[in-house]
This record gives sequence, C-alpha cells and structure tokens, in this order.
Amino acid sequence: MNREKQTDRRGFLADGARVAGVVSAGVLGGFLAGRRGQAEENRWQIDPDKCVGCGNCATHCVLDESAVKCVQCFDMCGFCNRCTGYYTLDGLDSRDTAAEDLLCPTEAIIRTFVEGKAGQNFYEYTIDTDACIGCAMCVKGCALMNGSLYLQVMQDRCVNCNECAIAVACPSDAFVNVSADKPYRLKRVALGVMRQKAGKADKAAQRLIDQVQADE
Amino acid sequence: MNRIFRLRVAALLVVALVGGVLMGGVMADESSDLMFPVPEFSDHPIPTASVPEVEREVAAVLDVAILFVALCLASYFTLVSRSRRNVLLLTIASLLWFGFWRQGCVCPVGATQNVALAIFDPTYVVPLAVVAFFVLPLVFTLFFGRTFCASVCPLGAMQELLAVRSIRVPRWLDHSLGLVAYIYLGAAVIFAATKTGFIICRYDPFIPFFRLGANTDMLLFGSSILLISVFVGRPYCRYLCPYGAILRVLSCFSKWRLSIPPDTCINCQLCEDVCPYGAIHPPTVAQSPERRRKGKRRLITALMAAPVVVLGFWWLGTALAVPLSQWHPESRLAEQVRLEELGVAESTTEASDAFRGSGRSVEQLYQSALSRRNDFVTLGGLLGAWTGLVIGFKLIHLSVRRRRDDYQADRAGCVSCGRCYWYCPVEKVRLGLISDVSEALPDGQMPTGPLVQLTVGGKKS
Repeated sequence: MNREKQTDRRGFLADGARVAGVVSAGVLGGFLAGRRGQAEENRWQIDPDKCVGCGNCATHCVLDESAVKCVQCFDMCGFCNRCTGYYTLDGLDSRDTAAEDLLCPTEAIIRTFVEGKAGQNFYEYTIDTDACIGCAMCVKGCALMNGSLYLQVMQDRCVNCNECAIAVACPSDAFVNVSADKPYRLKRVALGVMRQKAGKADKAAQRLIDQVQADE
Repeated sequence: MNRIFRLRVAALLVVALVGGVLMGGVMADESSDLMFPVPEFSDHPIPTASVPEVEREVAAVLDVAILFVALCLASYFTLVSRSRRNVLLLTIASLLWFGFWRQGCVCPVGATQNVALAIFDPTYVVPLAVVAFFVLPLVFTLFFGRTFCASVCPLGAMQELLAVRSIRVPRWLDHSLGLVAYIYLGAAVIFAATKTGFIICRYDPFIPFFRLGANTDMLLFGSSILLISVFVGRPYCRYLCPYGAILRVLSCFSKWRLSIPPDTCINCQLCEDVCPYGAIHPPTVAQSPERRRKGKRRLITALMAAPVVVLGFWWLGTALAVPLSQWHPESRLAEQVRLEELGVAESTTEASDAFRGSGRSVEQLYQSALSRRNDFVTLGGLLGAWTGLVIGFKLIHLSVRRRRDDYQADRAGCVSCGRCYWYCPVEKVRLGLISDVSEALPDGQMPTGPLVQLTVGGKKS
C-alpha cells in the first residue's frame, strides 16, 4: 500500500515534469520562431575589405577543395601589362610566363590581350573558378595595386557549417554572416561603380548587385 | 600608417622606376581609391563577374521530416516491436544519411549552441530547421526515452557499431567522467551566447570521418575516441556529449521506456553482462538497519555539502575569467597587441598585422577586451556554480537508494540500443526461439543473481 502510494507520487511528479518539459520546449520553439520573423537564414561570406589574403581559406575549409574562390572585379582592374596579381615581383620585369614567375599555383588566372592604346598594352585577367583553390596569392599581389581581385565563399560549394572552420582561423575577422538571399559581398569601392553600371541597364551588374549584401 | 598603403607606396616606386606606366590621369569619383584607372576600350566592354547562386542540396523541411520519421521508427523499434535488428539497421541508415551524406551538419548536438545564441542575441537568425532539430529529440525523449541516441544520432551510431569489446568502467570513474558532459554543456552555452565560438562543432570528434578530412589534431582526437569506443562503449555519448547530458535528465521523466524482459525477470544477469554502457542495474539486496542508518547520514551530509560545493565552484569560476575570455579571438588579439605595444612580443602575428591595417584604434580594442573580461567574471561564476550544482546533485543522487526487484535499465544512462533484447531468455521465449528460459542459460543452470520474490507484471507503472 505504502509502496503503491510512493509509485503514484513519483508517477505524478514525472507527469508534471514531462508536461513542463513539453510546454517549455514548445514555448522556446515558438519564441525563437516568432522573434526571427521572416528573415532568411544566414550564410558565411568574406568581407573583402577586411580580408588580408593570409591563405587560410585554401587550407582550413572542411571541403577538400575550398569553397572559397577568387573573384575578379573588372570594374576595379587596371588591365595592367605588369600585373602584380599575375606575376611575382621578379617576374614583372621579364613578364615570362614560366611557372616560377607566376603567382597562381594552379594556373587559374587567364591572361588575354585586349587592346594596345597610347603605347600601352592592356590585358584582361579572368579567373578559372574550377582551377582556383582560394589561396589568395593573387589577392595579396593585387592589393599592391588596385585590389580588384578578392575572395568570396562560393555559395554553390559552401556546405554552410554551423561554425565555419575558416572563420575560426581567419586572422582579420573577415568572415561575416550574410542573409541567404544576398549571400555575397563587394568591396566598398566596387559597390558604387557597380550601382552606376546597373543604373545603365547592365543586366550582369544588376544581377551581381542583387546578390550582394551591403551594410550602409 | 596603414600597412596596405605603405605597400602601395612601395609598389608605386617599383613601378615608377620600371617606367612606362601611365599615372594619374582623370579618375572617376567612385574609383578614386584605385591606383590605376580602369581603361576605356574602343570595342571591349568591361565585363562583370558572376557569382553562383546559393545551392540547397536538401530542403530544410525534408531534413526535419526525415529526422521525425527516424525518431518515430527508433521509438517503434525499441518500445513496440522490440527488435534489436531493426534498431541496428536504423542506426546504420542514420549513420549513412545524417553522418556521411549530410556530413553531420545540422545535428541536434550542435543545434544546442544555435539555440543558446538565438536566445541571447536577438539579431542572430536561427534557422527554423535548427530549432526543430533541437526540440524534436527532446520531446521524443520525454515520451520514449533516449531513442534518439539509440539509432538516430550519427555520432552515437558511429560508436554503437564499434562497441564490440566493451569492458566495465569502474563505477566511481563512470560517475565522475559523466559530470564532464554537463560542464561541457555549460561551457558550450556560455561560449555560444558570447559569440566566442561553437566549441561543440569545433571539437566534434566524428566530423573528420563524416567529411573525410580535418586537421591533424582533430583526426588524432577522433581516432582515439573511435579506438576507445571499441573497449569502452560510447565514450563520447557518456562522458562528453552536451546534448546527451540534457537527454539524460529528460529521460528520467520519460512516459515509456525500454524494459528488458517482456514480462517477468528471471534475474539471470545476462543483460547486465552484455550491456556495453554499464546502464543496467542489478536488483538490490535488503539492507541491514546499520547500513541504512549510514546511508541516511550520508544523504544528510551530501545535502548539507551541496550549497558549499556550489559556492566554492562559483568562486573558482569567477577566478577563471581571464582564461575563459581568452577563448575569444579578439581578446587574444588584444593581448598580443598589448605585448607588442610594450615591446616584449617576439614578433607580430597575422592577426595583429591585420588589426594594424584595419584602422581600428588600440584603445577601442583594449576597451572591448576589458569589457568582455568583466562579462566573463559573471559568466565564469555561473559556469562554476553550474559545475558545483551538477556535482552536488550527483552526490545527493548517489546517496539515495532505490529498491529494485529485478534487472532494470538505468533511466538516464540507457540509450535504448536494445542489445539486452538479444540476450534476455524471457524475450527469446516470447519470440518462440526457445521453449523454456533454462535453455538460454549456460549448462541449463538456474539464475544465480540475488533472487527476490517474482511478481507477474506489475513491477513497472
């Protein structure tokens, strides 16, 4: 009799705890869901203005081939003959395309002649995204000049880890959370140029602007 | 002076010496920061880079639906159909899907941190799927016990499949190590809430295997956990898993839970021997009045000691503010910058170089680091008090005796893997594999465990 009573009491307490648990789990879920409103979930991205091109992006991503790749912002590029993002400083003089004179370890930068003007030869530098490993050698080189090359997390590759392994290793706190509907960044300088371009009914520029999150 | 700027000046000189490059000229307002103007070509428009769209492999809804179905199946297999084989199959399926295919992310274990961050930081957008991942297993545990751990969690699955040569961990060690999980949980919540980092994800020992790649430290850590789990069943779940720590507590209040024999226990002790997780307790023997008095005294001591332990650990926690705050990269940076300012740093670091190039003032950095340190005095105290609370509760719990008439699974420790079903003679009779329980016992001998009066049915409410 006594034991039965005890079991009843314990059962009652357990019932109470269970109900409290379910209710609090529901309240927690509802509270968090209500507070976040309609906001899109976050994705990882690099703020190119903060990036120092340390090279961790190539080595710290959980993917075998990093989700971070280089992007060329042509509207910031000088189309230089002597490109410090393409050649090593030693290679600048000879402009010899031997491997030791090129910065990119995977030949992911394609150099194409565009035009000769006023005794100047201009070259276009395009990134072969499949070959790029996000090592930032070119980014660091280009930072000596215009800084048109910058790194971005490619959102088709990124698996959106809870804690980005590159962000943990990033020395300049350049990894930011951006909204999934605008998951890219542009350099502040490029943003103005790109807006102007988009204003002239340039569809490609408009598409890029639509994908870019800017904190005003 | 800004470092990039200095480099630019250097580059400028190099380029000027080499000669032949146009400088200055008219620059557009927007591109006034550019060293070289973007040329205007006669018939070549300046291209625009394109970046790929977000690719969602699996819709979040589908992820949650799969988790829900897996939890339902796990609970059905353990509690209703009592099929160890199906539980095992589900374990393998979960390991393949949640582990190797979804690469262990998102998982309820890590979701704990997202929820903690979302509670403390209103600007953080927590995905609804992550909230669902956190809440669903909790609710299931409140009703069916830790069926999530049994066959849905990929981390558990990995260890479950390796638990083949389990040794019995001494009780004192088992209980002491079990406390680590709660401290880990407390630390993870504090670090997540302060945006210091998601340590559960960072030190997840199985991610290197799910993603087939990691740095050497994590690979070594993961491999040693796997190696240990061959001999000690589920070491991560029992001694580290912060989510398991929550589930342990909730599982004590579960409505239904796994019961080893389908009806009357014959006290053969087979289940206790085969449980790799030390989660099956033998029946209790009657106590002498002398021992009972001793037990009561111990309980009173534990009750009185608990507040002292909490206070002591709270004080200890406040003293840990500095090392705790150093987990935050900015605090480490502030320390490095301070050393450099004092001229005692041997060299600069990548982070301090980046800081000096960023234009942020040293005072701002110090201020931020100092205020974080102050926060961590409070938070460290809380973490300490939580540790003390856990220890105090453990002491009290160990001093309370529960009468058991037969072999029972530990409410908190049982992960509902159903291994005991495979060995229970009564279960074998139910399945019709044998006609009498004695056939399952070695040499047909009768049970040697402490026999108590057997009652039919009514032992579990």
